[in-house]
Amino acid sequence: MLELLPYLLSGWVFLVGCVGLVRSRNLVHAVVCLAVTQSATYILLVAIGYARGGTAPVFGDIAPTETVVDPVVQALTLTDVVVGSTVTALLLALTIQVAKQHRTIDPDEIGSLEEESKE
Amino acid sequence: MPRLRVALTVVGVAGVASLLLAAFLDLPDFGSVPHPYGARAVEAALDQQTANAVSSVMFDQRGMDTLGEEFILFTAAVGAMLLLRRLADETEADRLDAHHLGAGVFEAVRLVGMLMFPITLLVGAYVVVHGQVSPGGGFQGGVILASGLHVAYLAGDIPVLRRLRSLTAVDVAEAVAASGFVAVGLVAMAAGSAFLENVLPKGRLTDLLSGGTVPLLNVVTGVEVTAALVLLVGKFLEQGLLTGAAHEDSDA
Amino acid sequence: MSSALLDVAMVATMLLVGAAALGVVLTSDPVRQAIVLAAYGLLLGVLFLLWQAPDVAMAQLAVGSVIVPLIVVLTIVTTARETRRPRDRPGSEGD
Repeated sequence: MLELLPYLLSGWVFLVGCVGLVRSRNLVHAVVCLAVTQSATYILLVAIGYARGGTAPVFGDIAPTETVVDPVVQALTLTDVVVGSTVTALLLALTIQVAKQHRTIDPDEIGSLEEESKE
Repeated sequence: MPRLRVALTVVGVAGVASLLLAAFLDLPDFGSVPHPYGARAVEAALDQQTANAVSSVMFDQRGMDTLGEEFILFTAAVGAMLLLRRLADETEADRLDAHHLGAGVFEAVRLVGMLMFPITLLVGAYVVVHGQVSPGGGFQGGVILASGLHVAYLAGDIPVLRRLRSLTAVDVAEAVAASGFVAVGLVAMAAGSAFLENVLPKGRLTDLLSGGTVPLLNVVTGVEVTAALVLLVGKFLEQGLLTGAAHEDSDA
Repeated sequence: MSSALLDVAMVATMLLVGAAALGVVLTSDPVRQAIVLAAYGLLLGVLFLLWQAPDVAMAQLAVGSVIVPLIVVLTIVTTARETRRPRDRPGSEGD
């Protein structure tokens, strides 16, 4: 059971974020829940790379023969983190635009775009 | 919440949860040692005399992916500048008013901000330059530098913000850095190998200038990431603080 | 760090991360949510550090605890101002 805990944590965070997204009453709250959902993938990737008894894959002060964790998934997750934040930023910019056009950020009040343009 | 939405959510969550559980039971144990791709990546990093295997994978072994992801950052900054441009009737405050910004900041916050600002910039520059020897690199150092610049905002430091307002210079810096990455790749082609191939002399392991093109790409990426994030947050700052200021004054 | 202590630290941090994720989602006030998000980012950074991934931890700490909450709070300020304004700009929506 303890062996599965990191993967279960990743699944838990993913589902918690999705449920929060569905229950959300405020677009900014929804975007933050989406960011939490994205972080579930970071947890899964870094957990897969872990090696028991291993250390960080940087050989500045350790011998090149020591056990290290997997550097490939760390490289993937690293760029994932930075790029994920830019996606969040763009979504928030869209939210600002919605606030300016529709004067509300409640997803239920916004309605379809067609109805708005008929006004 | 409407019943249909609740029902759909429950079904969806249950379905995804069971699929995920089935998949997790099939994964190799947490912490199991044979990572075949990882072992080969570490070997290749040591051959290229790069002490930080993660930097080696990002800039040397999978340089094309990092180029693509850097351009995602660039495009996001351009997208934010487009989305958050000033509409026809929104006015901007002509001067950054100390009244609007510096007013509500506690003295303690201001002091800590003034202290942390140069320290953070120094740490960020260190992390960028030492990316091939210690944990760090272009992306990490770039985000630390960008965070440091905004510590100045949180501390209510007006002159720094006034300089940050001229986003044109930052924009140009970002474009130059992004093209710098491509230029390093083209230099490799000029030297007769493939695009982004590591053609510079490799040096010794744990030297500051080891790993060939990795130090160069670290610096270029660091500048690009800092500029992109400063642009991104700068547009939000403009929207939050400046675009409404004149309007609120005229309403009052 | 001895192996048993590392395991205990890992389990504790994982449980805290799970609780913090729930906390972020259950906080309905957006401004409070930004602060809980910053705490969640910090815990996630610590978790990555325990899993021997210092590069990822560095990026996560700077991005998830500083940049994203800052942008979220600025968005809240802007949308609060824009939703308070009455519909008084008839000809300016198309741009």
